Amino acid sequence: MKMSLRIRIALALIGLLLGGLYALPALTNLQGTFLGKVLPESEIRLGLDLRGGMHLTLGVDIPRGVANTMAQFGQDIRSEAQDDGIFILRPQVVNDTKLEFTLARGDQQDQFERMLRNRFDNLQILSKQTQEAGQIRYAVSMTQQYRAHVEDLLVEQAIKTIRNRIDQFGVAEPDIRRQAEGRIQVQLPGLQDPERAVAIIGQTAHLEFKLVDDQADIDRALRGILPPDAELASMHTRNPDGSVSQTPIVIKRDTLMTGEFITDARVSFDQFNQAYVGLNFNARGSRLFERITGENTGRRLAIVLDGNVHSAPVIQERIAGGRASITGRFTTEEATDLALVLRAGALPAPVHIMEERTVGPSLGRESIERGLQAALIGGALILVFMLVYYSMSGIVANAVLCLNILLVMAGLAAFGATLTLPGIAGIILTIGIAVDANVLIFERIREEIRRGLTPAIAIDEGYSRALKAIVDANITTIIAAIVLYQFGTGPIRGFAVTLTLGILASMFTAIFVSRIFFDFWLKWRKPGTPLSI
Amino acid sequence: MGLQIIRPDTRINFLKMRYGAFLVSGLLILAGLLSLVVKGGPQMGIDFSGGMIIQIKFDQQVELSRVQQALQGADLPGLGVQRFGTAQDNEFLVRTSASDLVSDAARRDVQANLDQNLAGIGFEIQRLEMVGPRVGADLRAQAMEALFYAILLIAIYISGRFEQRWFPAVVMAAGLTGGIAALRWLGLPMELLVVAALLITIGLCWKLKLSYALGAVVALVHDVFITLGMFSLLNKDLDLAIIAAFLTIIGYSLNDTIIVYDRIRENIRDKVDMTLPKVINLSINQTLSRTILTSGTTLMVVLCLVLLGGGVIHDFALALLIGIGVGTFSSIFIASPILLGLSKIADVDLEAEAGREADTVAV
Repeated sequence: MKMSLRIRIALALIGLLLGGLYALPALTNLQGTFLGKVLPESEIRLGLDLRGGMHLTLGVDIPRGVANTMAQFGQDIRSEAQDDGIFILRPQVVNDTKLEFTLARGDQQDQFERMLRNRFDNLQILSKQTQEAGQIRYAVSMTQQYRAHVEDLLVEQAIKTIRNRIDQFGVAEPDIRRQAEGRIQVQLPGLQDPERAVAIIGQTAHLEFKLVDDQADIDRALRGILPPDAELASMHTRNPDGSVSQTPIVIKRDTLMTGEFITDARVSFDQFNQAYVGLNFNARGSRLFERITGENTGRRLAIVLDGNVHSAPVIQERIAGGRASITGRFTTEEATDLALVLRAGALPAPVHIMEERTVGPSLGRESIERGLQAALIGGALILVFMLVYYSMSGIVANAVLCLNILLVMAGLAAFGATLTLPGIAGIILTIGIAVDANVLIFERIREEIRRGLTPAIAIDEGYSRALKAIVDANITTIIAAIVLYQFGTGPIRGFAVTLTLGILASMFTAIFVSRIFFDFWLKWRKPGTPLSI
Repeated sequence: MGLQIIRPDTRINFLKMRYGAFLVSGLLILAGLLSLVVKGGPQMGIDFSGGMIIQIKFDQQVELSRVQQALQGADLPGLGVQRFGTAQDNEFLVRTSASDLVSDAARRDVQANLDQNLAGIGFEIQRLEMVGPRVGADLRAQAMEALFYAILLIAIYISGRFEQRWFPAVVMAAGLTGGIAALRWLGLPMELLVVAALLITIGLCWKLKLSYALGAVVALVHDVFITLGMFSLLNKDLDLAIIAAFLTIIGYSLNDTIIVYDRIRENIRDKVDMTLPKVINLSINQTLSRTILTSGTTLMVVLCLVLLGGGVIHDFALALLIGIGVGTFSSIFIASPILLGLSKIADVDLEAEAGREADTVAV
């Protein structure tokens, strides 16, 4: 069944129109103009390799997060049991997954286990061992289901926190995605200060308030001799020349309060123009902080962030009103970033940077310029070559080639695909493939003409015989492209998308549209004119 | 009529040259293989092995040795410094193999050392890529999987669509997936699985007498292998972009092979009085003009990329350049002779296949 020439011309024009419609706004800036309002809002997004920016793959330390949750369970079990008059000793997390503790009086076993079943149904008893004096040593773990739930929650919470932090950091169009195995992909286009971004995203921001053990002897502590309830930490202080020095300090192991009660954190300056971070607590936090400061007046309170002591001021008096501050001779930027991460919330578990790809904006600009230049020169060489080699038919090939590129651009814009450097390579390869289709057809037409057929029949034969070879050849390339898309990441996917778009476009232009030119020529030529091919 | 490169009455006896061509291919493969053996396998870029690359651009001319010296003090295990791009670019690539290094610390370390030891010379860190060991292993497995599935799908497509023998194609797919599942169950690494997949594919094609598929698969393995060997000889790293180039080469090589095969099948049908060697020779000659034009124009564009595309894309374009060149060679000198050889050894009746094709077309 042959479509009439008119219908085919109409279809080709629709293709051209759609191509232009999507490609135009993508290629030029029409914002605010009349055209910009009428045309669809499409754009070709540039990949990070072309516009500069940062790509991170973060791994959430799930075992640590699970261990934290177990430790929390230990505290909860102890205090719940205490309310019932049951005493639990030495809760301790083993191997990140197991919580061990001792029931002080063996005759409370039934009562305790009933409480455990009723209020901690997400835990299961792994083993129990009766010890001397009737004490029972328990080992419990989370149920399989609940553990999966906790792991899922850890990643979700991490994503939320990271998103909060990035939002406050002020990056346009950040892209944060969850990946398999507790991994998070973060893309920050056009980022100027990658170092700072990494520091902000990766900071756990686990804030704790602990008492300083002033009785402990530092020298003995350094040799490993510590009171049983204390631990050795290091205190960060900034020297006047800007360098940071670390001094050992002994602090109590028990955490009095954590950063979870913080509602706001802001940078302020003291009378020496030194930056500090002011904190506001919620109601529960205020009461807690008031009690802590009231009970420990005259002692030093260590402010511990991610295991490092930042300051250890002496508590002068009971502090009511839910305000506290962290001083530590910060630079303004450090104080700003600390306030930012405290405000955005703590990460439930540490995150590790598993993959980082950062491209500076100048390199991105240079890459796109060079890539485009190469594409233009390559394309121009082909146009000249086709024109010389096939004369008039070469013009047809060149016209459809230009249409082909326009359609690829339109396709990229319409699907909101991302153009990457390998994507530019894909476009260039597409040009080669599109030329191949025309070469196949033209060579076939030449053969048929040499066999003495009239132009009309030669064209018909040429197209129909070349068609099968073109389809077979292109489908194998598309198979390769699909596999690339399925298994590739980032720039590789971009390459696969442009290659597929290019092949589809070339089938339309090199087979369907170019034929129109020939049929048009056949219709209007003077009888007997030879085909210029 | 426009220009002509190949005269239409050209009758080159390509089949006669096949042993010479096999020799050339053999030598190329051997050279690559030797290089791979000597170097203990392909040279993995940081995408697959883990590690870090930092690209630094200086604002004035700096000697390579000075940059190397300046970074001696940095705590970067497996440090390597090399010039990137042309001498005028003043760009250097700093590589480390340290896979558990924190990217942030390394960035500061490099910055501090350059500031201190190359005082007065401005620089900018243009690119930093860090891939951790876990991610590297995952990316490697993914790339291998991609190659594997590409070969599988393409072999099925050729046997089915091209030879109109969907049943053997499905048998082959089942055999291949079954065999691979069994090997995977035994816990073989992905690298061995890909080799096994290839051997199984070739064996099944042979057994099922899928001669076209066999020729095409052998040709594409030939192309990828030579490109891989060349990369090893040139001391180039394999990374994600190069795997993409390999898959493109596979696509292109098949593209080229299929166009010659298509003509062979057509001529077997039309010219029943010709012997198979004559038909193959005639077909290659008839498509020679197209082969040279297409490869020529594609190579021209890829060459533009190699020369002008910039450093980031250079190796990718180079892989395409080698692969497309070799792919053109293999479709003429390797794929078609294999078709002939197979029809003699395995007693494949190509005419019958062409006839079956003709029947289905007539229906």
